[in-house]
Amino acid sequence: MSKGYLGVDVGSISTKGVVIDAGGEVLTRSYLWTEGNPVRAVKRVLAELEAQLAGSDDIEVVAVGTTGSARELTGAVLGAQVVKNEITAHAVGTLSRHPDVRTIFEIGGQDSKIIIVRDGVPVDYAMNTLCAAGTGSFLSSQARRLDVPVEEFGEYALRSKRPTKIAGRCTVFAESDLVHKAQIGHKLEDIIAGLCTAIVGNYLNNVGKGKEVLAPIVFQGGVSKNVGVVRAFREATGHEIFVDDDGHLMGALGVALVARDSGLEAPFSFGVRDVAFETVGEECGGCPNDCEVVIVLREEEYLDGWGNRCPRGMERVRTRVCPAEALLAAVE
Amino acid sequence: MSVNQLPDSRPFKVSFPHMGNYCIPVKTLAEELECEIVLPPKMTRRTLELGARHSPEFVCIPFKYNLGNYIEALEKGANLLIQAGGGCRFGYYGEVQEAILRDLGYDFGMVRLLGGWKLRDHINDFKRVNPRLTMMRALRAYRLALRQTRALDAIEDYVRRNAGFEVEEGAFEQVHAAFLGELDTARDKRTIAEIERRYLAEMATVPTERPDDLLRIGIVGELYVLMEPFSNLFVEKELAKRGVEVHRFVTVSNMVSHGGRKGPEHLADLISRSGDYVRYHLGADGTESVSMTYQLMEQGFDGVLHLKPFGCMPEVNAMAALQRLSREHTFPVLFISYDAQTSETGLQTRLDAFCDMLRMRKQRPGAALTAGPAAERSTA
Repeated sequence: MSKGYLGVDVGSISTKGVVIDAGGEVLTRSYLWTEGNPVRAVKRVLAELEAQLAGSDDIEVVAVGTTGSARELTGAVLGAQVVKNEITAHAVGTLSRHPDVRTIFEIGGQDSKIIIVRDGVPVDYAMNTLCAAGTGSFLSSQARRLDVPVEEFGEYALRSKRPTKIAGRCTVFAESDLVHKAQIGHKLEDIIAGLCTAIVGNYLNNVGKGKEVLAPIVFQGGVSKNVGVVRAFREATGHEIFVDDDGHLMGALGVALVARDSGLEAPFSFGVRDVAFETVGEECGGCPNDCEVVIVLREEEYLDGWGNRCPRGMERVRTRVCPAEALLAAVE
Repeated sequence: MSVNQLPDSRPFKVSFPHMGNYCIPVKTLAEELECEIVLPPKMTRRTLELGARHSPEFVCIPFKYNLGNYIEALEKGANLLIQAGGGCRFGYYGEVQEAILRDLGYDFGMVRLLGGWKLRDHINDFKRVNPRLTMMRALRAYRLALRQTRALDAIEDYVRRNAGFEVEEGAFEQVHAAFLGELDTARDKRTIAEIERRYLAEMATVPTERPDDLLRIGIVGELYVLMEPFSNLFVEKELAKRGVEVHRFVTVSNMVSHGGRKGPEHLADLISRSGDYVRYHLGADGTESVSMTYQLMEQGFDGVLHLKPFGCMPEVNAMAALQRLSREHTFPVLFISYDAQTSETGLQTRLDAFCDMLRMRKQRPGAALTAGPAAERSTA
């Protein structure tokens, strides 16, 4: 029986999971769509990981880490030892594979970030703020519009000899520009290549603004699977761009490593998959601030909750959501 | 000179926007107007929703909070609103807000204090509201309000530096709240000094556990989002939760000390201590943001948070210099822009990552600092 560490990264578009051993080696990996239901996605990831582990030696998962935009919720559901923001998780994950990296580009479904690393320590980072232009979800919506599977986008782009110029500053304008270019007769592959260039331009001008991009550069996140974008990055920076086969798993790997190094251990069972979880979101109504309080129920019992600005908010919503519990407390 | 319009209805019920806990000294001043004071309700999401709904979309966020405060105060019966002005768009807040509120159908008067630091002009404006007000009385009230402000800033400075290490959660907040209650009713200098002393002593007895490798972070940027915790999504409290010693230098006390006749001298001093990252005044608080960041770096702080309302021109000016400073000295600066849509989750993620990053650097002392891009450039 040897120890394993589970890392789960639940993003807006995809959910990733890995189990690593004490040496940081990835034993199993899972990658699937979140489809707007993080709890269900996590359960499916657990099923895949468990099935893969069944073949190998006995691995006992002793610590769990969660990251990504659904890290709080997933952390509550899995009883995680560590809940980490995705920037730290990605930095730790990437550094474990590429200790000499100096710049990390990351483009995910709805966010994009840049992490500047010097001598193995993250020293600066930035994340896109108000705008989703140049992220994965923009690419997929344009793919749908052009009727090309997003997975084939990169190959189309590579075929292009004269990429079309697309205005990439804003998703809405990029889209109308793209339609316009198609209507006046630009080739499909040129438009797709132009889109890849526009995304890179947007990324470097917004997220990467004011940052010193030094090689070696690692590019990861779902969009790194798009060879057209990789080529555009190479042309824009003049440097080689490394894309790890596990590039999409770096967040999960990173948070598994943080969980391993946390020194916290507790038995974990994949059986959590069969437990019913429910989330309830309600406005408190106690004052004009109207905090949106979320409560997670495990088998209809209160497990965790957040979103309240004062303790009364949680109490109010909890009493409404779990009246039986309140009654019990009153009797005691 | 400012243009005032008094309301048609009597008696006057005076109100002013919130900013941190400064409603306490402002109330002391407003009492000299000898009319009922209607404090706007505590800031809530409703304040921002109301303010944002009736504001131009791209105006800076303090405008929206102020407007929300006014609407909620008018709903409570206020009929005389006070607004100040400053060296950026703030100087035009009063006019635009008055026009918006009139369009919404409210009946009220507005006093706009545009004299900058010229107290005499302010007092003349106030005399139109209360003809019995004398220069002597007004000056006495100003001094008292200033003393309250200094006590308030001293206590809150102590809280910022220590709340991150309290053993019992909420211990400082409790003492702080009790202090505010007493300060609110204190109306002579000796009492205020006594309250300040007593609460500083009481805070010193609150049990804390300070780790050896604690993070020290300075906060710079635009004054309103710095001083109104609701508008910065309680960033100081959030840092405290992450075990950080927080320092802030933009306070009303400091603004008064550095304002007026001392203004030009203070600016020259800031520019001379900016490591040549600013050579001329950037407008509003921009110069101070850059200079303070440079000074904090020299003092060995772990990082700086730069806060600004989205679209704040003076601070956008400062950012270019700050980015260069941060790059050349590998000194961590986190930039945060606030508007009505700013998400709390986004802020949490960034603060978590920032604190993690600073801790990782601390665990590898020197590594990132010695061999950063700045060092590389100087050897090239």
